[in-house]
Amino acid sequence: MSRLLAALLIALLLGPIVWMLAASVLPENEIFSGAPVHGLTSASLDHYRALFDERGFLLPIRNSLIVAGLTTLIALPCATLCAYALARLPMRGKGLFLALLLAVSMFPQISVVAPLFLVLRASGLIDTYPGLVLPYVTFTMPLAVWLLTGFFRQLPRDLEDAAMIDGASRLRVIRDVVLPLAAPGLASTAILMFLYCWNEFLFALSFTFGPDHQTVPVAIALFRGRYQIAWGEVLAGAAVATLPVVIVVLAFQRRIVAGLTSGAIKG
Amino acid sequence: MIPRDRHATDSRLARLFVAPVIVIVGFTAIVPIASTAWAALHQRDLRLPWLGRPFIGLGNFIEAIGDRRVGEAVLHTLAFTAITVPIELLLGLAVALLMQHVHRGRAVVRASALLPWAIPTVVAALVWRLVFDNIGAALGFEWFSSPRAAWVPIVVADVWKTTPFVAVLLLAGLQTIDPELYDSARLDGASSLRQLFTITLPLLAPTMIVSAAFRTLDALRIFDLPYVMTGGGPGTATEPLSLYAFIALMERLRFGYGSALSISVFALTFLVALAFVGSLGRATYVEQS
Repeated sequence: MSRLLAALLIALLLGPIVWMLAASVLPENEIFSGAPVHGLTSASLDHYRALFDERGFLLPIRNSLIVAGLTTLIALPCATLCAYALARLPMRGKGLFLALLLAVSMFPQISVVAPLFLVLRASGLIDTYPGLVLPYVTFTMPLAVWLLTGFFRQLPRDLEDAAMIDGASRLRVIRDVVLPLAAPGLASTAILMFLYCWNEFLFALSFTFGPDHQTVPVAIALFRGRYQIAWGEVLAGAAVATLPVVIVVLAFQRRIVAGLTSGAIKG
Repeated sequence: MIPRDRHATDSRLARLFVAPVIVIVGFTAIVPIASTAWAALHQRDLRLPWLGRPFIGLGNFIEAIGDRRVGEAVLHTLAFTAITVPIELLLGLAVALLMQHVHRGRAVVRASALLPWAIPTVVAALVWRLVFDNIGAALGFEWFSSPRAAWVPIVVADVWKTTPFVAVLLLAGLQTIDPELYDSARLDGASSLRQLFTITLPLLAPTMIVSAAFRTLDALRIFDLPYVMTGGGPGTATEPLSLYAFIALMERLRFGYGSALSISVFALTFLVALAFVGSLGRATYVEQS
Protein backbone atom coordinates (compact mmCIF):
# COMPACT_ATOMS: atom_id res chain seq x y z
CA MET A 1 0.00 0.00 0.00
CA SER A 2 2.60 2.52 1.05
CA ARG A 3 4.76 1.45 -1.91
CA LEU A 4 1.90 2.19 -4.27
CA LEU A 5 1.39 5.59 -2.66
CA ALA A 6 5.10 6.30 -2.88
CA ALA A 7 5.07 5.49 -6.59
CA LEU A 8 2.08 7.78 -7.07
CA LEU A 9 3.86 10.51 -5.14
CA ILE A 10 6.98 10.23 -7.29
CA ALA A 11 4.82 10.38 -10.41
CA LEU A 12 3.11 13.56 -9.18
CA LEU A 13 6.41 15.17 -8.23
CA LEU A 14 8.34 14.30 -11.36
CA GLY A 15 5.52 14.06 -13.90
CA PRO A 16 5.34 17.78 -14.73
CA ILE A 17 9.11 18.01 -15.14
CA VAL A 18 9.15 14.97 -17.44
CA TRP A 19 6.24 16.49 -19.36
CA MET A 20 8.27 19.68 -19.82
CA LEU A 21 11.27 17.71 -21.11
CA ALA A 22 9.08 15.72 -23.48
CA ALA A 23 7.28 18.80 -24.80
CA SER A 24 10.55 20.66 -25.34
CA VAL A 25 11.54 18.31 -28.15
CA LEU A 26 8.15 18.48 -29.91
CA PRO A 27 7.37 20.75 -32.84
CA GLU A 28 5.49 23.90 -31.82
CA ASN A 29 2.08 22.73 -33.12
CA GLU A 30 2.15 19.49 -31.08
CA ILE A 31 3.07 20.97 -27.70
CA PHE A 32 -0.56 21.71 -26.85
CA SER A 33 -2.17 18.74 -28.54
CA GLY A 34 -3.29 17.46 -25.13
CA ALA A 35 -1.09 14.38 -25.06
CA PRO A 36 2.63 14.86 -24.78
CA VAL A 37 3.91 11.43 -25.76
CA HIS A 38 2.24 10.47 -29.00
CA GLY A 39 4.37 12.61 -31.23
CA LEU A 40 7.79 11.52 -30.07
CA THR A 41 8.50 10.32 -33.61
CA SER A 42 8.63 13.97 -34.64
CA ALA A 43 10.99 14.77 -31.77
CA SER A 44 13.94 16.98 -32.50
CA LEU A 45 16.38 19.25 -30.75
CA ASP A 46 15.39 22.20 -32.97
CA HIS A 47 14.20 24.32 -30.05
CA TYR A 48 17.49 23.81 -28.23
CA ARG A 49 19.39 24.74 -31.36
CA ALA A 50 17.30 27.91 -31.75
CA LEU A 51 17.71 28.65 -28.05
CA PHE A 52 21.48 28.76 -28.22
CA ASP A 53 22.02 29.93 -31.80
CA GLU A 54 19.30 32.56 -32.19
CA ARG A 55 18.49 33.56 -28.62
CA GLY A 56 22.06 33.45 -27.36
CA PHE A 57 21.02 31.55 -24.24
CA LEU A 58 24.64 30.94 -23.24
CA LEU A 59 24.80 34.57 -22.10
CA PRO A 60 22.16 34.33 -19.31
CA ILE A 61 23.68 31.00 -18.21
CA ARG A 62 27.06 32.70 -17.96
CA ASN A 63 25.50 35.65 -16.09
CA SER A 64 23.77 33.33 -13.61
CA LEU A 65 26.97 31.38 -12.97
CA ILE A 66 29.04 34.54 -12.48
CA VAL A 67 26.51 36.10 -10.11
CA ALA A 68 26.06 32.86 -8.14
CA GLY A 69 29.81 32.30 -7.99
CA LEU A 70 30.65 35.85 -6.85
CA THR A 71 27.85 35.78 -4.27
CA THR A 72 29.11 32.53 -2.75
CA LEU A 73 32.71 33.75 -2.85
CA ILE A 74 31.82 36.86 -0.85
CA ALA A 75 29.01 35.65 1.38
CA LEU A 76 30.44 32.31 2.49
CA PRO A 77 33.64 33.64 4.14
CA CYS A 78 31.72 36.51 5.81
CA ALA A 79 29.06 34.13 7.08
CA THR A 80 31.68 31.61 8.24
CA LEU A 81 33.59 34.10 10.39
CA CYS A 82 30.39 35.57 11.79
CA ALA A 83 28.97 32.13 12.59
CA TYR A 84 32.21 31.06 14.27
CA ALA A 85 32.09 34.14 16.48
CA LEU A 86 28.47 33.38 17.39
CA ALA A 87 29.24 29.75 18.16
CA ARG A 88 32.51 30.03 20.02
CA LEU A 89 33.68 33.53 20.91
CA PRO A 90 32.58 35.68 23.83
CA MET A 91 30.03 38.26 22.66
CA ARG A 92 27.02 40.00 24.08
CA GLY A 93 23.57 39.88 22.48
CA LYS A 94 24.09 36.72 20.41
CA GLY A 95 20.46 35.65 20.67
CA LEU A 96 19.22 39.07 19.66
CA PHE A 97 21.62 39.16 16.72
CA LEU A 98 20.46 35.75 15.45
CA ALA A 99 16.82 36.77 15.87
CA LEU A 100 17.46 39.94 13.88
CA LEU A 101 19.11 37.96 11.09
CA LEU A 102 16.15 35.59 10.99
CA ALA A 103 13.84 38.58 10.71
CA VAL A 104 15.90 39.93 7.80
CA SER A 105 15.62 36.59 6.00
CA MET A 106 11.84 36.97 6.21
CA PHE A 107 11.88 40.44 4.63
CA PRO A 108 9.69 40.50 1.54
CA GLN A 109 12.06 41.42 -1.27
CA ILE A 110 9.50 43.76 -2.79
CA SER A 111 9.80 46.08 0.22
CA VAL A 112 13.48 46.81 -0.43
CA VAL A 113 13.39 46.88 -4.23
CA ALA A 114 12.73 50.62 -4.55
CA PRO A 115 15.54 51.99 -2.33
CA LEU A 116 18.01 49.42 -3.64
CA PHE A 117 17.10 50.42 -7.18
CA LEU A 118 17.70 54.10 -6.40
CA VAL A 119 21.01 53.42 -4.62
CA LEU A 120 22.25 51.13 -7.38
CA ARG A 121 21.22 53.66 -10.03
CA ALA A 122 22.93 56.52 -8.21
CA SER A 123 26.16 54.52 -7.90
CA GLY A 124 26.07 53.31 -11.50
CA LEU A 125 25.60 49.69 -10.45
CA ILE A 126 22.23 49.13 -12.10
CA ASP A 127 22.46 46.44 -14.79
CA THR A 128 25.88 45.23 -13.61
CA TYR A 129 27.04 42.05 -11.86
CA PRO A 130 27.85 43.82 -8.57
CA GLY A 131 24.33 45.30 -8.66
CA LEU A 132 22.93 41.79 -8.33
CA VAL A 133 25.66 40.30 -6.16
CA LEU A 134 25.16 42.92 -3.46
CA PRO A 135 21.50 42.14 -2.70
CA TYR A 136 22.13 38.41 -3.15
CA VAL A 137 24.93 38.48 -0.58
CA THR A 138 22.58 40.21 1.85
CA PHE A 139 19.68 37.86 1.34
CA THR A 140 21.74 34.64 1.47
CA MET A 141 23.64 35.82 4.55
CA PRO A 142 21.03 35.26 7.30
CA LEU A 143 20.35 31.64 6.33
CA ALA A 144 24.08 30.98 5.93
CA VAL A 145 24.93 32.39 9.35
CA TRP A 146 22.14 30.37 10.98
CA LEU A 147 23.20 27.13 9.31
CA LEU A 148 26.90 27.57 10.01
CA THR A 149 26.36 28.63 13.62
CA GLY A 150 24.49 25.35 14.08
CA PHE A 151 27.26 23.36 12.43
CA PHE A 152 30.01 25.01 14.47
CA ARG A 153 28.16 24.41 17.72
CA GLN A 154 27.98 20.71 16.96
CA LEU A 155 31.74 20.40 16.48
CA PRO A 156 33.64 18.99 19.46
CA ARG A 157 35.26 21.77 21.45
CA ASP A 158 38.06 19.56 22.82
CA LEU A 159 40.07 19.59 19.61
CA GLU A 160 40.09 23.37 19.48
CA ASP A 161 41.00 23.66 23.16
CA ALA A 162 43.81 21.13 22.75
CA ALA A 163 45.25 23.00 19.80
CA MET A 164 45.13 26.28 21.71
CA ILE A 165 46.83 24.80 24.75
CA ASP A 166 49.56 23.69 22.34
CA GLY A 167 50.00 27.38 21.60
CA ALA A 168 48.16 27.74 18.31
CA SER A 169 46.50 31.12 17.75
CA ARG A 170 42.72 31.39 17.34
CA LEU A 171 43.08 32.11 13.62
CA ARG A 172 45.31 29.10 13.14
CA VAL A 173 42.85 26.91 15.03
CA ILE A 174 40.07 28.10 12.75
CA ARG A 175 42.09 27.41 9.63
CA ASP A 176 43.64 24.08 10.58
CA VAL A 177 41.08 22.51 12.92
CA VAL A 178 37.65 24.08 12.54
CA LEU A 179 37.33 24.60 8.79
CA PRO A 180 38.33 21.05 7.79
CA LEU A 181 35.83 19.65 10.30
CA ALA A 182 33.11 22.04 9.15
CA ALA A 183 33.65 21.29 5.46
CA PRO A 184 30.32 19.40 5.10
CA GLY A 185 28.45 22.31 6.66
CA LEU A 186 30.22 24.78 4.40
CA ALA A 187 29.29 22.61 1.41
CA SER A 188 25.59 22.52 2.42
CA THR A 189 25.58 26.27 2.82
CA ALA A 190 27.31 26.89 -0.50
CA ILE A 191 24.80 24.63 -2.27
CA LEU A 192 21.82 26.46 -0.81
CA MET A 193 23.42 29.79 -1.77
CA PHE A 194 23.93 28.60 -5.32
CA LEU A 195 20.30 27.48 -5.58
CA TYR A 196 19.09 30.84 -4.21
CA CYS A 197 21.09 32.79 -6.80
CA TRP A 198 20.21 30.45 -9.66
CA ASN A 199 16.46 30.77 -8.90
CA GLU A 200 16.06 34.37 -7.71
CA PHE A 201 13.72 36.40 -9.89
CA LEU A 202 12.45 39.70 -8.45
CA PHE A 203 15.81 41.43 -7.91
CA ALA A 204 17.18 40.13 -11.20
CA LEU A 205 14.08 41.41 -12.98
CA SER A 206 14.24 44.84 -11.32
CA PHE A 207 17.99 45.50 -11.45
CA THR A 208 18.84 44.41 -15.01
CA PHE A 209 17.68 46.10 -18.20
CA GLY A 210 18.86 44.01 -21.11
CA PRO A 211 20.29 40.61 -22.00
CA ASP A 212 23.84 41.67 -21.01
CA HIS A 213 23.36 40.93 -17.32
CA GLN A 214 20.02 39.12 -17.22
CA THR A 215 20.07 35.83 -15.34
CA VAL A 216 18.44 32.62 -16.51
CA PRO A 217 15.01 33.00 -14.82
CA VAL A 218 14.58 36.53 -16.17
CA ALA A 219 15.67 35.51 -19.65
CA ILE A 220 13.11 32.68 -19.72
CA ALA A 221 10.30 34.76 -18.26
CA LEU A 222 10.84 37.53 -20.81
CA PHE A 223 10.89 35.13 -23.77
CA ARG A 224 7.16 35.48 -23.98
CA GLY A 225 6.55 38.21 -26.48
CA ARG A 226 3.55 40.43 -26.24
CA TYR A 227 1.30 38.41 -28.54
CA GLN A 228 2.81 35.02 -29.15
CA ILE A 229 4.74 32.78 -26.80
CA ALA A 230 7.51 30.79 -28.48
CA TRP A 231 6.66 27.79 -26.31
CA GLY A 232 9.20 25.42 -27.79
CA GLU A 233 12.10 27.69 -26.95
CA VAL A 234 10.62 28.69 -23.59
CA LEU A 235 10.38 25.02 -22.59
CA ALA A 236 13.85 24.26 -23.89
CA GLY A 237 15.14 27.17 -21.81
CA ALA A 238 13.23 25.94 -18.77
CA ALA A 239 14.71 22.47 -19.26
CA VAL A 240 18.23 23.92 -19.48
CA ALA A 241 17.57 25.95 -16.30
CA THR A 242 16.45 22.77 -14.54
CA LEU A 243 19.46 20.66 -15.49
CA PRO A 244 22.02 22.08 -13.02
CA VAL A 245 19.42 21.88 -10.27
CA VAL A 246 18.81 18.20 -11.01
CA ILE A 247 22.54 17.52 -10.87
CA VAL A 248 22.94 19.43 -7.60
CA VAL A 249 19.95 17.68 -6.00
CA LEU A 250 21.05 14.20 -7.05
CA ALA A 251 24.63 14.77 -5.96
CA PHE A 252 23.99 16.55 -2.68
CA GLN A 253 20.52 15.53 -1.48
CA ARG A 254 21.76 14.52 1.97
CA ARG A 255 23.62 17.79 2.42
CA ILE A 256 20.59 19.79 1.29
CA VAL A 257 18.24 18.02 3.69
CA ALA A 258 20.74 18.51 6.51
CA GLY A 259 20.95 22.20 5.70
CA LEU A 260 17.21 22.70 5.33
CA THR A 261 16.22 20.94 8.49
CA SER A 262 18.90 21.98 10.96
CA GLY A 263 17.39 25.43 11.34
CA ALA A 264 13.76 24.44 11.47
CA ILE A 265 13.93 21.65 14.01
CA LYS A 266 15.84 23.53 16.62
CA GLY A 267 13.35 26.33 16.09
CA MET B 1 40.92 26.88 31.01
CA ILE B 2 41.25 29.85 28.74
CA PRO B 3 43.44 32.60 30.19
CA ARG B 4 42.08 36.09 30.75
CA ASP B 5 44.13 37.92 28.09
CA ARG B 6 42.93 35.35 25.58
CA HIS B 7 39.37 36.30 26.50
CA ALA B 8 40.08 39.93 25.61
CA THR B 9 41.65 38.95 22.27
CA ASP B 10 38.69 36.69 21.55
CA SER B 11 36.20 39.47 22.22
CA ARG B 12 38.03 41.73 19.82
CA LEU B 13 38.17 38.95 17.25
CA ALA B 14 34.42 38.33 17.66
CA ARG B 15 33.63 41.96 16.89
CA LEU B 16 35.92 41.82 13.87
CA PHE B 17 34.25 38.63 12.60
CA VAL B 18 30.72 39.92 13.00
CA ALA B 19 31.38 43.37 11.54
CA PRO B 20 31.20 42.50 7.80
CA VAL B 21 27.80 40.85 8.20
CA ILE B 22 26.45 43.78 10.21
CA VAL B 23 27.70 46.25 7.60
CA ILE B 24 26.34 44.30 4.61
CA VAL B 25 22.97 43.39 6.12
CA GLY B 26 22.62 46.84 7.64
CA PHE B 27 23.24 48.73 4.43
CA THR B 28 21.33 46.49 2.03
CA ALA B 29 18.42 45.35 4.21
CA ILE B 30 17.81 47.49 7.31
CA VAL B 31 18.56 50.89 5.77
CA PRO B 32 16.48 50.15 2.64
CA ILE B 33 13.47 49.07 4.73
CA ALA B 34 13.70 52.30 6.66
CA SER B 35 14.00 54.35 3.48
CA THR B 36 11.02 52.56 1.92
CA ALA B 37 8.98 53.54 4.97
CA TRP B 38 10.25 57.10 4.61
CA ALA B 39 9.59 57.21 0.85
CA ALA B 40 6.03 56.00 1.50
CA LEU B 41 5.37 59.32 3.23
CA HIS B 42 6.43 61.32 0.19
CA GLN B 43 5.13 61.93 -3.27
CA ARG B 44 7.69 60.88 -5.83
CA ASP B 45 7.24 60.06 -9.48
CA LEU B 46 10.39 59.24 -11.43
CA ARG B 47 8.61 60.23 -14.65
CA LEU B 48 7.68 63.65 -13.24
CA PRO B 49 10.94 64.63 -11.52
CA TRP B 50 10.12 68.36 -11.64
CA LEU B 51 7.42 67.78 -9.02
CA GLY B 52 10.17 67.05 -6.49
CA ARG B 53 9.52 64.90 -3.44
CA PRO B 54 7.05 66.76 -1.25
CA PHE B 55 6.21 65.22 2.12
CA ILE B 56 2.56 64.21 2.07
CA GLY B 57 2.24 62.30 5.33
CA LEU B 58 -0.20 59.44 5.01
CA GLY B 59 -1.39 60.68 1.60
CA ASN B 60 -0.17 57.57 -0.23
CA PHE B 61 -1.88 55.28 2.26
CA ILE B 62 -5.12 57.24 2.01
CA GLU B 63 -4.94 56.94 -1.78
CA ALA B 64 -4.27 53.19 -1.37
CA ILE B 65 -7.37 52.74 0.79
CA GLY B 66 -9.45 54.40 -1.91
CA ASP B 67 -7.78 52.34 -4.68
CA ARG B 68 -10.06 49.41 -5.46
CA ARG B 69 -7.18 47.54 -7.05
CA VAL B 70 -5.32 47.60 -3.69
CA GLY B 71 -8.29 46.16 -1.81
CA GLU B 72 -8.60 43.37 -4.35
CA ALA B 73 -4.85 42.69 -4.30
CA VAL B 74 -4.91 42.41 -0.49
CA LEU B 75 -7.90 40.08 -0.72
CA HIS B 76 -6.11 37.96 -3.35
CA THR B 77 -2.99 37.75 -1.20
CA LEU B 78 -4.88 36.75 1.96
CA ALA B 79 -7.11 34.25 0.13
CA PHE B 80 -4.14 32.68 -1.61
CA THR B 81 -2.36 32.31 1.74
CA ALA B 82 -5.43 30.95 3.53
CA ILE B 83 -5.99 28.35 0.81
CA THR B 84 -2.46 27.17 0.05
CA VAL B 85 -0.87 27.02 3.52
CA PRO B 86 -3.38 24.56 5.09
CA ILE B 87 -3.29 22.36 1.97
CA GLU B 88 0.50 22.35 2.00
CA LEU B 89 0.69 21.52 5.72
CA LEU B 90 -1.83 18.67 5.51
CA LEU B 91 -0.38 17.19 2.33
CA GLY B 92 3.13 17.77 3.68
CA LEU B 93 2.25 15.83 6.84
CA ALA B 94 0.80 12.99 4.77
CA VAL B 95 3.89 12.89 2.56
CA ALA B 96 6.21 13.01 5.58
CA LEU B 97 4.38 10.07 7.23
CA LEU B 98 4.56 8.19 3.94
CA MET B 99 8.28 8.91 3.56
CA GLN B 100 8.86 7.64 7.07
CA HIS B 101 7.18 4.33 6.24
CA VAL B 102 8.97 3.78 2.96
CA HIS B 103 12.30 2.09 3.58
CA ARG B 104 13.32 0.73 0.22
CA GLY B 105 13.85 3.57 -2.19
CA ARG B 106 13.63 6.32 0.39
CA ALA B 107 16.51 8.14 -1.32
CA VAL B 108 14.54 8.14 -4.58
CA VAL B 109 11.47 9.59 -2.89
CA ARG B 110 13.56 12.22 -1.12
CA ALA B 111 15.40 13.26 -4.28
CA SER B 112 12.11 13.56 -6.18
CA ALA B 113 10.68 15.61 -3.33
CA LEU B 114 13.61 18.02 -3.43
CA LEU B 115 13.35 18.64 -7.16
CA PRO B 116 10.15 20.73 -7.28
CA TRP B 117 11.42 22.76 -4.34
CA ALA B 118 14.85 23.30 -5.90
CA ILE B 119 13.91 24.32 -9.45
CA PRO B 120 13.40 28.02 -10.23
CA THR B 121 9.85 29.24 -9.51
CA VAL B 122 9.83 30.69 -13.01
CA VAL B 123 10.32 27.18 -14.40
CA ALA B 124 7.59 25.76 -12.14
CA ALA B 125 5.23 28.46 -13.40
CA LEU B 126 5.95 27.61 -17.03
CA VAL B 127 5.67 23.87 -16.44
CA TRP B 128 2.21 24.21 -14.88
CA ARG B 129 1.11 26.67 -17.50
CA LEU B 130 2.02 24.00 -20.05
CA VAL B 131 0.14 21.30 -18.12
CA PHE B 132 -3.00 23.40 -17.64
CA ASP B 133 -3.00 24.64 -21.23
CA ASN B 134 -2.87 20.99 -22.31
CA ILE B 135 -5.67 19.99 -19.92
CA GLY B 136 -7.63 22.96 -21.20
CA ALA B 137 -7.03 21.95 -24.82
CA ALA B 138 -8.33 18.46 -24.06
CA LEU B 139 -11.41 19.75 -22.21
CA GLY B 140 -12.05 22.73 -24.42
CA PHE B 141 -11.66 25.10 -21.47
CA GLU B 142 -9.43 28.17 -21.14
CA TRP B 143 -8.07 28.23 -17.58
CA PHE B 144 -6.26 31.51 -17.99
CA SER B 145 -9.10 33.61 -19.34
CA SER B 146 -11.46 33.02 -16.42
CA PRO B 147 -10.89 35.33 -13.41
CA ARG B 148 -11.60 32.55 -10.93
CA ALA B 149 -10.28 29.48 -12.76
CA ALA B 150 -6.96 31.25 -13.41
CA TRP B 151 -6.21 30.86 -9.70
CA VAL B 152 -6.32 27.06 -9.91
CA PRO B 153 -3.02 26.66 -11.82
CA ILE B 154 -1.33 29.16 -9.50
CA VAL B 155 -2.48 27.32 -6.38
CA VAL B 156 -1.62 23.91 -7.84
CA ALA B 157 1.85 25.09 -8.88
CA ASP B 158 2.49 26.53 -5.42
CA VAL B 159 1.28 23.37 -3.67
CA TRP B 160 3.38 21.21 -5.99
CA LYS B 161 6.49 23.30 -5.44
CA THR B 162 6.35 23.79 -1.68
CA THR B 163 4.59 20.73 -0.21
CA PRO B 164 7.77 18.65 -0.61
CA PHE B 165 9.69 21.31 1.34
CA VAL B 166 7.14 21.11 4.16
CA ALA B 167 7.34 17.31 4.04
CA VAL B 168 11.13 17.32 4.36
CA LEU B 169 10.93 19.63 7.39
CA LEU B 170 8.19 17.54 9.01
CA LEU B 171 10.04 14.27 8.29
CA ALA B 172 13.05 15.62 10.16
CA GLY B 173 10.69 16.51 13.01
CA LEU B 174 9.20 13.01 12.97
CA GLN B 175 12.64 11.48 13.21
CA THR B 176 13.34 13.28 16.48
CA ILE B 177 10.40 11.54 18.18
CA ASP B 178 11.57 8.72 20.47
CA PRO B 179 10.44 5.40 18.92
CA GLU B 180 10.01 3.90 22.40
CA LEU B 181 6.93 6.08 22.82
CA TYR B 182 5.27 4.18 19.97
CA ASP B 183 6.43 0.82 21.36
CA SER B 184 4.84 1.41 24.73
CA ALA B 185 1.68 2.81 23.09
CA ARG B 186 1.41 -0.34 21.02
CA LEU B 187 1.85 -2.48 24.15
CA ASP B 188 -1.02 -0.52 25.70
CA GLY B 189 -3.08 -1.44 22.64
CA ALA B 190 -3.37 2.06 21.14
CA SER B 191 -4.42 2.05 17.49
CA SER B 192 -2.19 3.77 14.93
CA LEU B 193 -4.76 6.53 14.57
CA ARG B 194 -4.65 7.09 18.31
CA GLN B 195 -0.85 7.09 18.24
CA LEU B 196 -1.00 9.75 15.55
CA PHE B 197 -3.22 12.01 17.64
CA THR B 198 -1.67 11.40 21.06
CA ILE B 199 2.03 11.09 20.21
CA THR B 200 2.92 12.26 16.71
CA LEU B 201 0.87 15.43 16.34
CA PRO B 202 1.51 16.94 19.79
CA LEU B 203 5.26 16.31 19.57
CA LEU B 204 5.35 17.57 16.00
CA ALA B 205 3.49 20.78 16.87
CA PRO B 206 6.56 23.05 17.14
CA THR B 207 7.89 21.85 13.76
CA MET B 208 4.39 22.27 12.27
CA ILE B 209 4.26 25.84 13.52
CA VAL B 210 7.72 26.63 12.16
CA SER B 211 6.74 25.16 8.78
CA ALA B 212 3.44 27.05 8.81
CA ALA B 213 5.34 30.26 9.59
CA PHE B 214 7.79 29.75 6.72
CA ARG B 215 4.98 28.97 4.31
CA THR B 216 2.70 31.81 5.44
CA LEU B 217 5.42 34.45 5.22
CA ASP B 218 6.36 33.14 1.78
CA ALA B 219 2.76 33.06 0.56
CA LEU B 220 2.10 36.63 1.72
CA ARG B 221 4.84 37.94 -0.56
CA ILE B 222 3.97 35.74 -3.57
CA PHE B 223 5.22 37.33 -6.77
CA ASP B 224 7.01 35.00 -9.21
CA LEU B 225 4.17 32.55 -9.92
CA PRO B 226 1.45 35.05 -10.91
CA TYR B 227 3.96 37.30 -12.68
CA VAL B 228 5.01 34.46 -14.99
CA MET B 229 1.80 32.39 -15.19
CA THR B 230 -0.88 35.03 -15.61
CA GLY B 231 0.80 38.43 -15.42
CA GLY B 232 -1.87 39.12 -12.80
CA GLY B 233 -4.63 38.60 -15.32
CA PRO B 234 -7.13 38.24 -16.79
CA GLY B 235 -7.34 41.96 -16.01
CA THR B 236 -6.12 42.13 -12.43
CA ALA B 237 -7.98 39.01 -11.26
CA THR B 238 -4.87 37.16 -10.06
CA GLU B 239 -2.82 40.13 -8.91
CA PRO B 240 -1.38 39.86 -5.37
CA LEU B 241 -0.24 42.92 -3.43
CA SER B 242 3.47 42.49 -4.16
CA LEU B 243 2.76 42.32 -7.89
CA TYR B 244 0.72 45.53 -7.78
CA ALA B 245 3.48 47.15 -5.73
CA PHE B 246 6.00 46.04 -8.35
CA ILE B 247 3.89 47.51 -11.15
CA ALA B 248 3.48 50.80 -9.28
CA LEU B 249 7.23 50.95 -8.63
CA MET B 250 9.04 49.53 -11.62
CA GLU B 251 6.52 50.04 -14.42
CA ARG B 252 4.71 53.24 -13.48
CA LEU B 253 7.75 54.56 -11.59
CA ARG B 254 5.52 55.95 -8.82
CA PHE B 255 8.08 55.47 -6.08
CA GLY B 256 6.09 57.14 -3.33
CA TYR B 257 2.86 55.22 -3.88
CA GLY B 258 4.71 51.99 -4.70
CA SER B 259 6.72 52.32 -1.48
CA ALA B 260 3.49 52.67 0.48
CA LEU B 261 2.23 49.43 -1.07
CA SER B 262 5.48 47.53 -0.59
CA ILE B 263 5.91 48.66 3.02
CA SER B 264 2.37 47.34 3.55
CA VAL B 265 3.55 43.90 2.38
CA PHE B 266 6.35 44.23 4.93
CA ALA B 267 3.97 45.28 7.70
CA LEU B 268 1.66 42.37 6.90
CA THR B 269 4.45 39.78 7.08
CA PHE B 270 5.88 41.42 10.19
CA LEU B 271 2.58 41.17 12.07
CA VAL B 272 2.11 37.56 11.01
CA ALA B 273 5.69 36.73 12.02
CA LEU B 274 5.08 38.19 15.48
CA ALA B 275 1.92 36.10 15.84
CA PHE B 276 3.87 32.95 14.93
CA VAL B 277 6.66 33.72 17.39
CA GLY B 278 4.01 34.03 20.07
CA SER B 279 2.30 30.74 19.21
CA LEU B 280 5.63 28.95 18.95
CA GLY B 281 6.45 30.12 22.46
CA ARG B 282 3.12 28.72 23.67
CA ALA B 283 3.59 25.39 21.84
CA THR B 284 7.04 24.73 23.27
CA TYR B 285 5.78 25.78 26.70
CA VAL B 286 2.93 23.24 26.51
CA GLU B 287 5.37 20.57 25.41
CA GLN B 288 7.63 21.17 28.37
CA SER B 289 4.97 21.37 31.05
